[in-house]
Amino acid sequence: MDRRTIRHTLRGFIQENYLLGREFTFADGDSFLEHSIIDSIGILQLVTFLQDTYGVTVHDSELLPENLDSIDAVTAFLGRKLDGAASAGAPAAAQGAPGDRP
Amino acid sequence: MRTGPLGGAEMLRLDPARETERIVLRIREQVFDRLRRKGAVVGVSGGVDSSVVACLCARALGTERVCALLMPETDSAPESLRLGRRVADALGVPSVLEDITPILRGAGCYERRDAAVRTVVPEYGAGYRCKIVLPDLLDADRYAVFSVVVQAPDGETRQVRLTPEAYLGIVAATNFKQRTRKMLEYYHADLRQYAVAGTPNRLEYDQGFFVKNGDGAADLKPIAHLYKSQVYQLAAYLDVPEEIRRRPPTTDTYSLAQTEEEFYFAMPLETMDLCLYGKNHDIPPADLAPAVGLRVEQVERVYRTIETRRKVTRYLHTPPLLVEGSEGD
Repeated sequence: MDRRTIRHTLRGFIQENYLLGREFTFADGDSFLEHSIIDSIGILQLVTFLQDTYGVTVHDSELLPENLDSIDAVTAFLGRKLDGAASAGAPAAAQGAPGDRP
Repeated sequence: MRTGPLGGAEMLRLDPARETERIVLRIREQVFDRLRRKGAVVGVSGGVDSSVVACLCARALGTERVCALLMPETDSAPESLRLGRRVADALGVPSVLEDITPILRGAGCYERRDAAVRTVVPEYGAGYRCKIVLPDLLDADRYAVFSVVVQAPDGETRQVRLTPEAYLGIVAATNFKQRTRKMLEYYHADLRQYAVAGTPNRLEYDQGFFVKNGDGAADLKPIAHLYKSQVYQLAAYLDVPEEIRRRPPTTDTYSLAQTEEEFYFAMPLETMDLCLYGKNHDIPPADLAPAVGLRVEQVERVYRTIETRRKVTRYLHTPPLLVEGSEGD
């Protein structure tokens, strides 16, 4: 999946669910936690969004800031998950596949 | 001013006699002069914090001007009521028993909570028990993401990560407990023209470990400036029964026994206590680490967690906002 599309989709999700109309600009590399954009419940909502939208499974061991704390981090993490699923021969998420579900 | 190498427990040592005297004077002045109330209601849970507050109020106001409220419900540990009674009896303060189970049933507390659990554990039902827990946050930069631990009637347990809806559903339903207790504390306070004494310690108050308009509500909070280990020092000085002082701090909120460590702090309370002190006193992680038995990066992680919790729980401390006068609050 095109990384630019992923970034755009993520930004839209964050704008709609966490910024709630606030005038706040943030860069793709900015930390969600440091900028008080998302708290730990927000992370759970983000994970649910990723799982539902892209058909991947995010394991407990992957709930780390290095994977989820910025648009850059989420895009890279998602890219790895989707690439892994694709190279394992799984069909694309858009076709309703479970991605890397064990 | 701090000098020399840090000693873990030494940092939080206080003079219990002097501190007791200071708090007692303050309670007396706050209740009688500032609040113009005739005494204090204390919700006594059988834990160390509420036991210490009851002792301090009894010393400050006189035993006959303290009302110890015992408010168990169906999920409370049986020893909570026994220990609460023991404190009230030892102090000689009047106690009132209010079983809050019928109120909680009427509000749908258990039903709503169980429905939320069932969204992630569909078989959850009669005879099952549950609690929610956090992962260990000391050893990795993890998010504080909750899981539910359920125990089937046959004793088998399993742990499932919560969805946001399940987490919020369980917490919102469970918060009925703290709010119901507070409602009854104010009922008994109104009846007697008393004030309500809250029981949070510094860790809980600073880190937002309370329910807004539940256990977070009170007219005075006599131990909110004390670290947990300082509360234990006062408890020993005030002769709080040893059984209470030895009891692990629990939330006494879920049907499975749950420590405060599992539910909120995600690390031993002694460690959290010392790290909060270190952060409040600008002690560099490299200086604090040997005193608390942690690695430098672990202390750095705890410092970050403390700061994050302060940010995300600011809402809990925020009073109602007014159209005028609250700009920029």
